[in-house]
Amino acid sequence: MEFIMAVGIGIVTACAVYLLLRGRTFSMVLGLSMLSTAGNLFIFSMGRLRPGASPIVAAGAESYADPVPQALVLTAIVIGFGMTGFIMALAIRMRHQTGSDHVDGLEPMPERRPEHGP
Amino acid sequence: MTLPIIILLPLLAGTAATLLAQRRSFSAAAWAAALPTAASLALLTHQAPAILSGERLLQTWRWLPDHGLNFSFRLDGLGLMFGLLILGIGLLVILYARYYLSAQDRIGRFYALLMLFMTSMLGIVFSENALLLLMFWELTSLSSFLLIGFWTHSPLARQGARMAFAVTGGGGLALLAGMLIIGNIAGSFELSAWFTARETIRNHPQFNVALGLILLGAFTKSAQFPFHFWLPAAMAAPTPVSAYLHSATMVKAGVFLLARLYPLLGGNPVFEYVTTTVGLTTMVFGAYVAMFRHDLKGLLAYSTISHLGLIMFLLGLDTPISSLAAVFHVGNHATFKASLFMAAGIIDHECGTRDMRRLGGLWRQMPQTALLAIVAASAMAGVPLFNGFLSKEMFFAEALDLHDLLLLEDIAPVAVMLGAMFSVAYSVRFIHDVFFDEPHNLPHQPHKPPRYMKVPAEILAVVCIAVGVLPGYTVAPLVDTAARAVVGDALPDYRIALWHGFSLPLVMSAVALVGGTAIYWLLRHRYDLHLHVPVHYTGRLLFQHAYDGMIALAARFTNRLHNGSLQRSLTLVIATFLGLGAWPFLEHGLDVGEVMPSAPAPLGVVVWGAATAGALGAVWFHHTRVVALVLAGVVGLAASIAFAYFSAPDLSLTQLAIEVVTTLLMLMALALLPQSTPRESTRRRKARDGVLAVAAGAGVAVLSWAVLTRDQESIAWFFLENSLPRGGGHNVVNVLLVDFRGFDTFGEIIVLGIAAICTWMLLDGLWGEGQAERPNLVADRTIFTVAARVLLPFALLVALHMFLRGHDLPGGGFVAGLIAALALIMQYMGESLRRMLAHIRIDFWLLIGGGVVIAGLTGLASVVAGLSFLTSGTRHPVVPLLGEIPIVSAMGFDLGVFMAVLGSTLLILTSIGQVRRKTPMTGEDGQWNS
Repeated sequence: MEFIMAVGIGIVTACAVYLLLRGRTFSMVLGLSMLSTAGNLFIFSMGRLRPGASPIVAAGAESYADPVPQALVLTAIVIGFGMTGFIMALAIRMRHQTGSDHVDGLEPMPERRPEHGP
Repeated sequence: MTLPIIILLPLLAGTAATLLAQRRSFSAAAWAAALPTAASLALLTHQAPAILSGERLLQTWRWLPDHGLNFSFRLDGLGLMFGLLILGIGLLVILYARYYLSAQDRIGRFYALLMLFMTSMLGIVFSENALLLLMFWELTSLSSFLLIGFWTHSPLARQGARMAFAVTGGGGLALLAGMLIIGNIAGSFELSAWFTARETIRNHPQFNVALGLILLGAFTKSAQFPFHFWLPAAMAAPTPVSAYLHSATMVKAGVFLLARLYPLLGGNPVFEYVTTTVGLTTMVFGAYVAMFRHDLKGLLAYSTISHLGLIMFLLGLDTPISSLAAVFHVGNHATFKASLFMAAGIIDHECGTRDMRRLGGLWRQMPQTALLAIVAASAMAGVPLFNGFLSKEMFFAEALDLHDLLLLEDIAPVAVMLGAMFSVAYSVRFIHDVFFDEPHNLPHQPHKPPRYMKVPAEILAVVCIAVGVLPGYTVAPLVDTAARAVVGDALPDYRIALWHGFSLPLVMSAVALVGGTAIYWLLRHRYDLHLHVPVHYTGRLLFQHAYDGMIALAARFTNRLHNGSLQRSLTLVIATFLGLGAWPFLEHGLDVGEVMPSAPAPLGVVVWGAATAGALGAVWFHHTRVVALVLAGVVGLAASIAFAYFSAPDLSLTQLAIEVVTTLLMLMALALLPQSTPRESTRRRKARDGVLAVAAGAGVAVLSWAVLTRDQESIAWFFLENSLPRGGGHNVVNVLLVDFRGFDTFGEIIVLGIAAICTWMLLDGLWGEGQAERPNLVADRTIFTVAARVLLPFALLVALHMFLRGHDLPGGGFVAGLIAALALIMQYMGESLRRMLAHIRIDFWLLIGGGVVIAGLTGLASVVAGLSFLTSGTRHPVVPLLGEIPIVSAMGFDLGVFMAVLGSTLLILTSIGQVRRKTPMTGEDGQWNS
């Protein structure tokens, strides 16, 4: 289980980073939101993976999962939504203002396309 | 409390009063500044008899004792003398400035800054704690910067202010480093502790480094060669500032510091060599340059540099009498130089120029000003019967009596003689060129100066004569106690007197007077001084080069990192983080832990497959945005299942709700953006991003794996043990959120609220009257609308249930808020947002603000009850029929969370949902209407 969790977090991170580096706001926000999910999973897994041990105090329970990363991640999830909303609003505003949804607020010029050419 | 009151009175009372009074009149502002200053002066004078009889006042309040920082103040002879100078001359400058400033100047601002300076300078001279002293030191640099640049419209003033701030501020940093080293050695920042631990500190190998840094701080502040160049540039300040800060007080701070630290530094050969050499060089150099300045204030600035060098030299000589002479000359120089600056200001004010090539013959128009300038200039030149003569003679005597200073012993007498002659020459020039020579096209006929503008300078001139004629009856006791505060009780018998009999110093004085006059005559008649063109000296030039170079370097660096392309910046950021993250592993290798991982469960593999497929698919299909959005949603749902499986029901619920809300948000946004992404990345860029992405993913995966295969040491046991007894809840995660880490949660809901309000503000103005857009998700909306309406009460009930059970079972304010928000927003999916908003009539702002306030008040309630912020109390009353109901004060807090989350979510969603679709300005693509 640990192995696929680690690999899964890695794959989601990689895809999120790739999307984050795209030139259009929508893809970028999508990547950012995905990166939060990956980050939350990563922090959560710092408390290790324990099935069937919810941190809800009960008489017969033998062991509990670590509640500390859970509490941290819970607020992070909600804040992540606030951030997505804010950046999306920024993107909409910029599109409204500049007419472009490129992250730099400018449609790339045809000759500029190979941007970092030699 | 006396000392802090003396220090803070000008700032606290003066600043506020002058700013209020400036609306009435200039005079009101001047009174408002003068009264607190006079009060401080009276308080200080009240302490004087005790200090003069040898007492020392120490007052300490703890501030940050763990860091060695205390509000501790000391008043001894040295501080008393400086304090009297600061407040006394300060009063005169306040009066002078009232007539100097013109109607266009903002006099309230001027006085307020002057008060700030006064407080910081008093802070320096009364500080017992080195860190406190440093704080005031920086404040003097800051207020000096603001005062030099007072005439913000003048480029010269701005440049001078920058230069002064860069040099003295840089010196202040060096001083900070030096003080920290010594504080580290001594284990304390109290000056008395330093003096007690004198031997330990001085024998420490780092002492010389600290000494060098402290000297750097002192030399820059006191404008010693080669850091002198900021002082002439600072002459762009209004003249009252030059008189006060840049001759009488602030530039003496470096001298003061060395005098204050004398018990620690004195007797150290490095201190002696460096200080005497620098002081002597500065003295001769400043005096030489001063002769060639045509600007009155320029001449006075270089003369000040020269006299500061003289004082430094005396301090560095390191004998009790030389220290006494240094302290004495500080006071003498302050009086005659301040009065000369005031005279220069009057001349400038009445003639419209300060250029000695144009001025002349003013003896006839302003005889009184001429008289007081002659008195002050005579004191500056060291003419008998004026105060400058007394300290200068002591200086000659000391320079003749050098020991153990190698080469300097032979050079010093000659250099001293030269410096003294130059000093006489520029003093003669000042008087002759301004008052007796012929004028050359003056801008206008000189006016008569206002009566009270001359008073401050007259008072100072009287002091010059009184001290010069009757030193024993005037300043001798003050100077004596000040010197004893520097050198301790090692002061041998001495006498400050006008007449010591025929001695070598007297001969030197005579030679200097005759020689200096001769030099002036030669310069004037053989060299034609008025045609001399001053050259820029190296210090200033070097500074300008360094300054311009650094600005250019910073600009180049910034442009390389950030050329306006976000993609480029992000690439650099991610690459940097990758490098930093990989570094320790490359250095120390990577060990994977030994805990045996568990075998993947079949369900796990399925969810894992869905998540990775979703993530990869979102990348693959990211040009078709809706598809990418749906696929990315799969990742969020898989995360929710993972949370549920690995015992985090609260997280699972929250993630699920957030995933739905986020998807909705993105859909609404998508309606306002192009539906597809153009294929514009080059192959090269795709490859580069791909490499970065794979590296980042691999790094995170390896890191997770390395952690997951290790034993865990957690602080979880504390929360698990205390959740029920102290937090009154079974659900540890919820208790953590609303109780143990309540403060954190409190901050988080505020951040969320801010994000929501910012979203609203960003989109403010984009809501038109036309048809609001909504995602076209449902083909036939009728069924959906009806279903949503029917579901609404049930959904709200679920939210209530989640809220109430949160403390003991999965749920709580966050989840409940999100569910309620979803239930309400679902109505909008069916009908128009406008109608929905009309229906529900909730003020989102009130919800957010009310939530934060309720959460905060709940926290404060526990403070009122005598507990720390956000401690919760519990009751478990049994209600008939319903059974035991847990009532926890934290529930109030959770209610605040609920409201803030509900309000924020709705505000974000409705802000985006209400944006009216708009034809793009450029109309470049056909994708706008989809």
